[in-house]
Amino acid sequence: MTDLLALLKKLLAAPGLSGHEAPVREIIAEAWRPLVDEISVSRLGSLHALRRGDLPEPRPSLLISAHMDAIGLMVTGLAGEFLRITEVGGIDARILPGQLVTVHGRKDLPGVIVQPPSHLLPPDHHEDHVSLDNLLVDTGLAADEVRRLTRVGDLISFAQAPIELGGEVIAGHTLDDRAAVAALTVCLDELQKRQLAWDVWAVASTQEEETLGGAATSAFQLRPSLAVAVDVTFASSPGTPSYLAFEMGKGITLLMGPNIHPALYKVFKALADRLEIPYKVEVSGPHSGTDAYTMQVAAEGIPTMVMGIPLRYMHTPVEVVSMKDIARAGRLLAEFAAGLDTETMSKIVWE
Amino acid sequence: MTPTNLPKNPKIGAAQIRLLERLTNACSVSGDEGELRSIVLELVRPAVDEVRVDALGNVLATKRGQGEGRPKVLLVAHMDEVGFIITHDDNEGFFRFETVGGADVRYLAGKPVWVGKEHIPGIIGSKPIHLTTWEERRQPISVDSLRIDVGPGNGSKVKPGDRATFATSFTRLGPSLRAKALDDRLGVATLLELVTHAPQNIDLLAAFTVQEEVGLRGAGVAAYALDPDLAIVLDSTPAHDLPSWDGSENTRYDARLGAGPAIYVADRATLSDPRLVRHLVETAEKAGIPYQIRQPGGGGTDAGAVHRQRAGIPSVSVSVPARYNHTPAAICRLSDWKNTLALVYAALLGLDGKGWKVEGV
Repeated sequence: MTDLLALLKKLLAAPGLSGHEAPVREIIAEAWRPLVDEISVSRLGSLHALRRGDLPEPRPSLLISAHMDAIGLMVTGLAGEFLRITEVGGIDARILPGQLVTVHGRKDLPGVIVQPPSHLLPPDHHEDHVSLDNLLVDTGLAADEVRRLTRVGDLISFAQAPIELGGEVIAGHTLDDRAAVAALTVCLDELQKRQLAWDVWAVASTQEEETLGGAATSAFQLRPSLAVAVDVTFASSPGTPSYLAFEMGKGITLLMGPNIHPALYKVFKALADRLEIPYKVEVSGPHSGTDAYTMQVAAEGIPTMVMGIPLRYMHTPVEVVSMKDIARAGRLLAEFAAGLDTETMSKIVWE
Repeated sequence: MTPTNLPKNPKIGAAQIRLLERLTNACSVSGDEGELRSIVLELVRPAVDEVRVDALGNVLATKRGQGEGRPKVLLVAHMDEVGFIITHDDNEGFFRFETVGGADVRYLAGKPVWVGKEHIPGIIGSKPIHLTTWEERRQPISVDSLRIDVGPGNGSKVKPGDRATFATSFTRLGPSLRAKALDDRLGVATLLELVTHAPQNIDLLAAFTVQEEVGLRGAGVAAYALDPDLAIVLDSTPAHDLPSWDGSENTRYDARLGAGPAIYVADRATLSDPRLVRHLVETAEKAGIPYQIRQPGGGGTDAGAVHRQRAGIPSVSVSVPARYNHTPAAICRLSDWKNTLALVYAALLGLDGKGWKVEGV
């Protein structure tokens, strides 16, 4: 069995900004290799791990995806000892001052994001307003060293180390969506003791935070019969309206909405009920904000499903999730995968 | 024959940097300085003639020198740091809090904290960007809307009144040091080094003070009690030596990293004693130690409380410049710290007892 907390902490400590996922991909590949029959990397960098089923070929297949890319920053300019920055993925600039970062220059440089005092900002700048354009990264190095070691386009990762909070809860950056990578690992672990009829492709996808390009192309290449995206969803926390959020640690969410095939949703719901895995129904709009959005329309179209893991403080370096919810998501995925048979597709039909 | 009983010169080496790491990683929010006080007492006690903890929690130590007419010199560094105080248990591991001292409120959202004496890990979370509007993101995040989240399992370990600090561990960054609370652990570490290597030509009175960040409250009573002839305050001054948005010259930098110890001539709380300023400048120039005059203007150090005690105490501040004081991660240059210690030590060696006492004219 995988030591899930140790693996997750390793994933959270690894860089892997959208489009540059190699460091985290290597860690995932190492964790998944003993659990699958075949492992490869797609042309856009997604990790494809195949657990073979035993139905005769052509076998139906299930794709389960979790995106491994991280939000972060990029260098846009040098200003003496300082770096100017832009975002990779959506970030509220107000959480940035004081964040510890790693600048991936000619070598990795620790630094911190800072906000200059207001007299150094544009005259129309509101006293307390924080705008990304005006934030700087300070590496503590002298200007000539900064010039030697960094350049425009260098990536910047959050350096916040994972933190264990009380009650099987972990905080860190990029739990969106490496919590789901951990859930897929739970699923692959569970499937070790199970016979599979279908092929199961576990996919750690790339570029979700920017273009969804990884999952779109993986779904095209692998052409699964069904696809499930596992992503994070809003957990109740201060300032988050309760009607939009789900209690962390109290179960996963099953999404319904335009990105989700209603028949597939019903199968998941019935399965969760039967296994007594706690869940809430999450109604999603026309864009679920997950890999399912693109997988659904890959090639001739694929029936898709989305599972959510409640997460606090999304897109900050101190995202928080419950290990219990990760385990629940993994178990439900495994039970679903193990239950797939020759009859399944006949149930995934429109009314 | 070389005497072997003379103290070695103070210096900043690997041991002193390790001590600064220990001091900055400790939590010592104004009014709750116990963790730092115990480290200070542990190190000061074996080195001095007298040490006591006063009614406010200041650590007051005396190291007597030798010879006639030696001056009583007070050195001050504050033990407290800015941070937070828990005000209400919102259940499920969420706590309301207020800032203590001038914690920079633009730097709170999305940061880890340590709560209470056990350093319980917590998070100051922030609303997901997905649920904010463009207008909302143009507004500052109010402290009222933030909570400290220690997780559902640790709620019972935290209670109102507990203090919290930013949870940033000390790190070396090339020629620089990055940590929380460099303001004023730099001063505390400098003073510890001076106390343990005290020059013999003075009586060194050391005050490790409390509650500087909430109104210079500890230093006043410390100076009253120790009754010195003069005082030098060791602090960390904000360096605002950042580029301006349009590349124009930054003329309001206050102090610059790498330019040496910052000598105060005037701030909002103190007009430094000109004789002490001159003594520091002349000492630096004679010894070839780089220094800078901290740009006169706002701010204040413990000197503000010290110089008005009793019939007046000639006072000056010497600070190690640091960027981003009162935020999760401040940055200073190791060279500035070394030069600050060198300057203050040389200045102490050059002091005599003449001129500081109240005399008839």
